[in-house]
Amino acid sequence: MSIENLEQLSDMHIDVLRELGNIGAGNAATSLSAMLDRTINMSTPSIKILEINDASESLGGPENVVVGILGRLSGDIDGLIMFIIEQDLALSAINYLLHNNTKSCTELTDIEYSALAEIGNIMISSYIRAMAELSGLHILTSVPGVNVDMVGALLSVPAILMEDFSDRIIFIENDFISPQDTITANMLLVPSIDSLNKIMVGLGIV
Amino acid sequence: MDTVITIGISDMKIAKKPEILATYALGSCVGICLYDVILKSGSLGHILLPLSGGAQNINKYKFADTCIPEMIKGMEKLGSNKRNLTAKIAGGASMFEISGDSTIGNIGKRNVEAVKNTLMQFQIKIIAEDVGLNYGRTVFFHLNDGSVQVKSFAKDIKIL
Repeated sequence: MSIENLEQLSDMHIDVLRELGNIGAGNAATSLSAMLDRTINMSTPSIKILEINDASESLGGPENVVVGILGRLSGDIDGLIMFIIEQDLALSAINYLLHNNTKSCTELTDIEYSALAEIGNIMISSYIRAMAELSGLHILTSVPGVNVDMVGALLSVPAILMEDFSDRIIFIENDFISPQDTITANMLLVPSIDSLNKIMVGLGIV
Repeated sequence: MDTVITIGISDMKIAKKPEILATYALGSCVGICLYDVILKSGSLGHILLPLSGGAQNINKYKFADTCIPEMIKGMEKLGSNKRNLTAKIAGGASMFEISGDSTIGNIGKRNVEAVKNTLMQFQIKIIAEDVGLNYGRTVFFHLNDGSVQVKSFAKDIKIL
């Protein structure tokens, strides 16, 4: 049976998405460890299917300022992927990569934005690689766009673009754990329903 | 103490002074404030998309071309004359620029255009706006005087 909307996802579909999230996050943790030169582990991700309004609540409320990195998926599938991190993590990553001592995300320079886009690119690619390998699909990602702003404002973009498909999104929440601290990073996956079916078929789930 | 009435995405509410209507974190969505200076009443709509395409069984507050007529109708029911209504709008930002993908950069602009066209159809004048660019906006619409306060991250508060 093919899926017609995200409300129809069964426990098995959710388990499959969690496993994808798990492997994707594993890749991402490895990339992040290498990039930031520290040990980073991760917890098993939690998967939620949320309405966009609720998604911004679970990210600290619509006015919570975060870093959002958005990429477009193409190739065999069509959709968006968005990586959301707290300002603290963004700053420590920027400062490590660029040997800066930037204290706030209020006025980042172009090069700092580029560094964030690159981090997002690597994280997004880690997830997409897992998904492509497991499903046998050919999936491309755009060079991502990045912005630091209220999470509600950032989420308006997937909400608007994916309106034709669904008013819900797949929300993969990962905790990345390093000896210093625990960082929660969120990956939002907004596939078209067609694409979701292709992914499920590719994974052998009918 | 004035109360703040919150409007979510694809939603609309009408109230009178001394209430404050608020909507949080408009990104590419547009917040539309209609004010009746005589009755000191107003409505605030938070639209997600430009055009409904004539579809039935929809949430009318989701689209610019169906939300605005509902706002006007609702205010007329409460005694407003359409001729006394003025509009202030905020939002319609381009939150992400992705090279080689103009759709993502243009969604805010399309929303703003649809809001302006619909207001023009109903002959409602836009007396102030804070739209476009690349940042989110929270709007507080004070029905005491019709002023609209726009708050953004790392920017000064604007009064429209």
